Amino acid sequence: MHDSQAISGLLQLIFFIALLGLGFGIGRYQEKRHYKSIRKREKSLSALPAIAAKVVDPYSFANTAETHLVMGNVVISVDYFKRFVAGLRNLVGGRVRSYETLIDRARREAVLRMKEEARRLGANLVFNVKFETSSISKGRKQTIGSVEVLAYGTAFVPKKPGR
Amino acid sequence: MLLSNLEIIPGRRITKHLGLVQGSSVRAKHVGRDMMASLKNLVGGELSGYTELLQESREEAISRMIAQASATGANAVINIRLSTSSIAQGAAELLAYGTAVIVEE
Repeated sequence: MHDSQAISGLLQLIFFIALLGLGFGIGRYQEKRHYKSIRKREKSLSALPAIAAKVVDPYSFANTAETHLVMGNVVISVDYFKRFVAGLRNLVGGRVRSYETLIDRARREAVLRMKEEARRLGANLVFNVKFETSSISKGRKQTIGSVEVLAYGTAFVPKKPGR
Repeated sequence: MLLSNLEIIPGRRITKHLGLVQGSSVRAKHVGRDMMASLKNLVGGELSGYTELLQESREEAISRMIAQASATGANAVINIRLSTSSIAQGAAELLAYGTAVIVEE
């Protein structure tokens, strides 16, 4: 009886360590790949600025033909390893790095998707960008499972020359 | 229907304000998608099923807002805000609201 309990306890421990390893390995690889793609796309979209300003002088945009509401959203989840590390961090307090990168990736990705939509419409500027963040699923003990970030703004499409 | 989250439509003059319009949509998670999402929770990364789900329901909310605005005779909605709230375990409400206005053509 004692032996079988010890074995099941050991199995649970092995399973837990395997999940941690899986989360650490794949999560790290995915994060690196995601950051690489974010940096590349940010570079290619740098000619299309997104501005958080609200006040518009209507006459300074006489060149604008039309405006569109554009938005980009992303739901992103943290891996098992990082969730575990963040749980440990909760005991001592301080910066939770593993969640910082998660939110950072989500925000930048959402802005990129918004800009990509603006580029498809032929815009040269996205004005009054707003963010909306919500955690859509809670894990055990109300830890953050995954977050949704939405970025939206008004895209300004310039008039075509010669008209 | 012109949509903008600014207080004006650039290059157009607002002739009449018609008041607040809103549209909302409540979505629950799909069981199949939920299972995939819980697997994805182990390794992290984007949950593309949820991204699409929320995008669809947000578009639904915006189209309801547009329907309400056109019922009042507006041709533009300005100062649009989008908001999300989770109202129950596994269900989210997506709300879009703005001011319906008539602008010069």
